[in-house]
Amino acid sequence: MKIFKIVIVLLFGGVLIYCTLDFPSWGDPQAPASRHVSPRYIEKTIEETSVPNIVTAVLADYRGYDTMFETIVIFSAGIACIFLLRVSKRKKSGLQMYRHVPTGLTLRIEEGYGPPPDSRDFERIDLMWVPYDLIVKTGSRLIVPFSQLFALYVIAHGHHSPGGGFQGGVILGASIILFAISNNLRLSFTRISEKLAVLLCGLGVIIYAGTGILCTIFGSNYLDYGALSKILGVDVITARSHGILMVEIGVGICVMAVMVLLYYNLASAGRHDEGL
Amino acid sequence: MIWQIEIIVLLIVMICGIGAIMVKDLLGAAILFGAYSFMMCLLWAIMGAVDVAFTEASVGAGISTVLFVAAVFRTSRRTKD
Amino acid sequence: MNEFFSIVISKLNYWVYITLMMIGLYAMIAKNNLVKKIIGMNILQTAVILFFISIGAKRDATIPIITHGHAGEHHAVHAVDFINPLPHVLMLTAIVVAVATLGVALALVIKLYQKYQTLEEDEILEQIRVRDE
Repeated sequence: MKIFKIVIVLLFGGVLIYCTLDFPSWGDPQAPASRHVSPRYIEKTIEETSVPNIVTAVLADYRGYDTMFETIVIFSAGIACIFLLRVSKRKKSGLQMYRHVPTGLTLRIEEGYGPPPDSRDFERIDLMWVPYDLIVKTGSRLIVPFSQLFALYVIAHGHHSPGGGFQGGVILGASIILFAISNNLRLSFTRISEKLAVLLCGLGVIIYAGTGILCTIFGSNYLDYGALSKILGVDVITARSHGILMVEIGVGICVMAVMVLLYYNLASAGRHDEGL
Repeated sequence: MIWQIEIIVLLIVMICGIGAIMVKDLLGAAILFGAYSFMMCLLWAIMGAVDVAFTEASVGAGISTVLFVAAVFRTSRRTKD
Repeated sequence: MNEFFSIVISKLNYWVYITLMMIGLYAMIAKNNLVKKIIGMNILQTAVILFFISIGAKRDATIPIITHGHAGEHHAVHAVDFINPLPHVLMLTAIVVAVATLGVALALVIKLYQKYQTLEEDEILEQIRVRDE
């Protein structure tokens, strides 16, 4: 059976290698990929949008529809993960471990039972409990705020340096995941709850689509940022630059919320009580 | 486009790729996949695609590895093949 | 013979990228473990993205960020000295789609493990066959 699969893979590879004999050689400036539309993008970006980063200008302005649907794709991936994994709290909880704080005793409580409900002396610990680690907690306490600042810088400077909305959103989400890993997952739920994350998800998509609708209201085509010059009070070229910034912010918010939701659901297998 | 650096990085990419699917420990496969992702990011930075390299560094070597480790934590860690 | 060698040297880059794609495809169809299949899917995706980026590379050209643009002066920008930015834009969307697919695939793996208590494909098929009888 494995021989059959290896033969299929080799056959496929052979056909692809045969197709590369027609390719232009590597690095050729006259290759067909570089001759039709992209010279126009390279030469006209500064005149029409005043954004030096050509990739951001093409992504958010010339090909803005693709980026809007990409945002919708990642939003639906976060929602699909919630639908697949999320289970609500059961009445009878499973195996739990508690620690009695005044004496330091660890209790292991079987299914169906629990500690006295109104006692403040018991705190819940994870089943795979690790001892208090000073280095990890202090290190993450130093790293998390600076990485969030760096993520905001990446979103705001997408016009001039490599970066943009998507990269900054991922770094923001990663900082929250770092906080959840180094401290308890339950502590992270009290800071960024699931409801807030789902709302932020939707808010990001609404910002993006809403910018397009705003452009239609002022008489232009959908996602034609030149129409925003009427409310912002600047000329058309700067209005396009500001329109690109607005949609990048929308993309960044949506991506951050989806990364946080994916981690919450995967690390706790939907139950939202214990985690990594 | 210095071709010596490209050949070395391509070699490391192939070794990481083959290693990630051959190890019997799923946690090791996840970490090797993170290394593969980071070497790909270097390759794209050498070819001049800086935006794509930035995205792959943050997504592949950051979020992807964490999601794999979280999924392996919730399922089993050994595999037979 | 010389002609054959010149063909090989000029196209060797593309053959290496196709080898990477085939490694990913082999992992997707020939491995039994579900997580290995997902790793193979990701290897295939990143190899395809590498292939596209290599199409846009140009000799003696610089990265697609115009450096002198913001001072207000307009130098003439020639398309020959900048790397083609269009594959970069398309591949950014491809990376986003790859991470979204990875999230949903891992959620499915966790659900399968909760139901069948194993991650190997042949054992899962065996359990389904026993359950059907």
